[in-house]
Amino acid sequence: MQRIGVFICWCGSNIAATVDVERVAEVIRREPGVVFSANYQYMCSENGQQLVKNAIREYNLTAVVIGSCSPRMHEATFRKAAEEAGLNPYMVEIANIREHCSWIHKDREEATEKALVLVRTAIAKVNLDAPLQVGESPVTKRALVIGGGIAGIQAALDIAEAGFEVDIVEKNPTIGGRMAQLDKTFPTLDCSACILTPKMVDCAQNEKIDILSYSEVEEVKGFVGNFTVKIRKKARYVDETKCTGCKVCMEKCPSRKGLNEFNMGLNNRTAIYIPFAQAIPNVAVIDPEQCIKLKTGKCGICQKFCGVGAIDYTMKDEFVERKYGAIVVATGFRPMKPDKFNEYGYADNKDVITSLELERLMNAAGPTDGVLLRPSDGKHPKVITFIQCVGSRDTSGCGKPYCSKICCMYTAKHAMLIREKYPDTEVHVFYIDVRTPGKNYDEFYRRAVEQYGVDYIKGMVGKVYNENGKLMVQGSNLIDNEQVVIPSDLVVLATAIEPEPSVRKVATLLTASIDTNNFLTESHAKLRPVESPTAGVYLAGVCQGPKDIPETVSQASACAAKVIGLLVKDKLKTNPCIAHPDESMCNGCSQCANVCAYGAITYVDKEFRLGGGKTEVRRVASVNPAVCQGCGACTVTCPSGAMDLSGFSSGQIMSEVEAICKM
Amino acid sequence: MRDVELKMKERAAALLKSGEVARVIGWKKGEFYFDPSPASFETEEELSEFVYNGFCGANLSKYLIAASKKPGKTAVFLKPCDTYSFNQLVKEHRVARENILVIGVECQGKLDIEKIRRKGVTGVTEVEEEKDGVEVTSLYGTDKFPREEILLEKCLCCKGKKFMVADETIVLHEMPETKNDRFAGVEKLEKMTAEERFAFWQKELSKCIRCNACRNVCPACSCVKCVFDNPASGIAAKANDTSFEEQMFHIIRAFHVAGRCTDCGECSRVCPQHIPLHLLNRKFIKDMDTLYGEFQAGETADGKTPLTEYTEGDAEPKDAFKAEGQNA
Repeated sequence: MQRIGVFICWCGSNIAATVDVERVAEVIRREPGVVFSANYQYMCSENGQQLVKNAIREYNLTAVVIGSCSPRMHEATFRKAAEEAGLNPYMVEIANIREHCSWIHKDREEATEKALVLVRTAIAKVNLDAPLQVGESPVTKRALVIGGGIAGIQAALDIAEAGFEVDIVEKNPTIGGRMAQLDKTFPTLDCSACILTPKMVDCAQNEKIDILSYSEVEEVKGFVGNFTVKIRKKARYVDETKCTGCKVCMEKCPSRKGLNEFNMGLNNRTAIYIPFAQAIPNVAVIDPEQCIKLKTGKCGICQKFCGVGAIDYTMKDEFVERKYGAIVVATGFRPMKPDKFNEYGYADNKDVITSLELERLMNAAGPTDGVLLRPSDGKHPKVITFIQCVGSRDTSGCGKPYCSKICCMYTAKHAMLIREKYPDTEVHVFYIDVRTPGKNYDEFYRRAVEQYGVDYIKGMVGKVYNENGKLMVQGSNLIDNEQVVIPSDLVVLATAIEPEPSVRKVATLLTASIDTNNFLTESHAKLRPVESPTAGVYLAGVCQGPKDIPETVSQASACAAKVIGLLVKDKLKTNPCIAHPDESMCNGCSQCANVCAYGAITYVDKEFRLGGGKTEVRRVASVNPAVCQGCGACTVTCPSGAMDLSGFSSGQIMSEVEAICKM
Repeated sequence: MRDVELKMKERAAALLKSGEVARVIGWKKGEFYFDPSPASFETEEELSEFVYNGFCGANLSKYLIAASKKPGKTAVFLKPCDTYSFNQLVKEHRVARENILVIGVECQGKLDIEKIRRKGVTGVTEVEEEKDGVEVTSLYGTDKFPREEILLEKCLCCKGKKFMVADETIVLHEMPETKNDRFAGVEKLEKMTAEERFAFWQKELSKCIRCNACRNVCPACSCVKCVFDNPASGIAAKANDTSFEEQMFHIIRAFHVAGRCTDCGECSRVCPQHIPLHLLNRKFIKDMDTLYGEFQAGETADGKTPLTEYTEGDAEPKDAFKAEGQNA
């Protein structure tokens, strides 16, 4: 029988306002095994922890139950306190009477009853707890960055700066990401390429950084400090080591009808191409969907003209396997396709465009060489109407429930740039709210309204329709309480941004959690915002939530700091709550090995005594304690119940269930 | 069928004589014509009791777990559907493939003595498979029945006459397949309301006497120590303590064999209380087919099963609810 101490926390009024903490402590004192119980305002405070330590020493406690907030908050705190008082830290159980109780209940009587049940449940578990010892695992001092946009670039540069090797895996033929497509950046209006491309070049030149462009992560094994990642290097059909980026192939290529992804499909590109002038690596790639030679076997013109013999039509996808200690996910975003919003006529009118398309139309390297010409007839638009929140803050189900955060600022930027360059152009902006918090942001927006005379109309647009060559934007003006119709030459939709869809695959491979909007979940919204709940995985940029460039860069650097903090360690402490088989019951059926995401289970042939002098050799499971992460998948898969998890044994869980059912 | 039996016996005798195998697993004459039972034959003399007829429905795969551990090779006669179970056992490392000689043997669909009795025929002394039906001879005369009317439940939804694995085969006649929709029974249950379905299973499972025949015959129930025999598991109670207890046994068993059950139908065949246990397994199979794409356990002796493999294309919980016609 354990000698249990129970400590009930008030959490200020967080728990105490709803749960009668004194009564809980009082009633629990009478439970079998409980030799001490107390309640205190803030158990996690210095004094609270001291209370726990003193009780452990004074009452010779062998186990501790803390009734407090979620173990995700303070389990580590109390384990450490227990350890300092000489108790094995795994003899501490947390009863979550805050998130699971006081925060979700209103009735004090009921909440107190439930708190009692939760504490009894923890007592049932702690009774079966056994002291556990932590192990050690080594750290591979190399980081992987998935995604080569500004987030990935910044993270890689910062990690490399600290002296660690970093690989950037980018699925496109070049790094640079979305930022490379932007014309100017708010709130300073400096040229996006001018500030991004030097960083891209830094990456390419940094001897600690290896850029794996046109590559994708295929398989991830292992765990924090010890990931093994299989990367697919997609066939480029161009030898990266030979190509000089001279572009002769692009001039000669007869297949010129491919949509230029970099220009958002507003013009065409050749089948062999370099995405843009400052691409890193500055190496051509062949689009196999479009290349005549690859599709029909005839052509081969680029190969003929290539001065260095870099073209190889027989190239195949290659796989490389590398080991990493930490992984940064920076998979970025894409603008949502406004297909579901028929009312804005995006599909039917060439002159209804998205903001990123406008960005390309205004860029000197874009399809119109930076002259703002509308797509339908190449004329200067005289009246331009912007529609905000297309698919953002949408509760109809067609769009996204969240605010995309960057649209108010970039639309102010677009409006201002247009008024600056083409002062005879009328610019209207339909908005629900203008949201511009941030350093120099609101000032920026005020400038658009006050200095540049942009016409901001509070109200939503009902529809956009074509009448005699004009795009009629019909909406409501809520300030003047009237319906307005604005005949426009160009309509720009500020479409919501959504996580790059391939993030789902990445999240699956990393067993990183993801929310309903496909944003990766951070470990703690406030206190661990760049860490995934999966140890060793860090999040940078829009894959974690909508954000602009300055925020992305800060987050990327924060990620780098976390990664460096991990990689400087030579050893990591391993979680002792790991699986172990009861060999006398193991069938060797391999089901546990099949479900193990970490590859921790192997099989050995062992000899067993059968009685009567007979023995039998059986195949039984064996768990590698350095690799097992204690997820428990094997324990629930094992049909004979041979596999169990230290710290979360089936017996403990059943005893918890029993304690709950006894109420 | 006599000619098949003769050929099998000859082959078994030759194998034992040459010492190529140490034992042959087949069927042995019972007290009556219609109750042959699985048996291991180690000498040519013992083969005098060897039989193979329309009542040899038993799946012999599971006997190989013990046999493959014994010294020497074991030959086994497997009907086409039994080969699925064999593959599954090899996949789970329960049977050492290299210790087994698999002889595929022809099958016209196996017969249910209960169904014949219900037709008023007792004292069966012989059955003869014919193209247009089955001729049943008894002490009291000869009757002919359409095959489908007297087949075992499991043979009404034949998996086909292809051997998934066989080192050699003995097939002398054409093998007719009776192919009814194996999910028809499950669909009927799915159409019930939750209360009706509960009542259905309550009624069926309350007949259970916990004789463990279903578990003992099941080729997927191959644990060294079954959780129901292990007092430490907390669920080992043998008696039907509560109405929950009797359901727990069958439902836990269905979960344990999910993804591994080849739908061999032995559980229902051996149940002395005639509980349609195969319906539980088929519900799992149907759900897995819907959520993860069609899968037949035992088609191969390698690869992962849908429930032990994780792919990014896997169904989300909401898909499962949708498949059940519920909202997530």
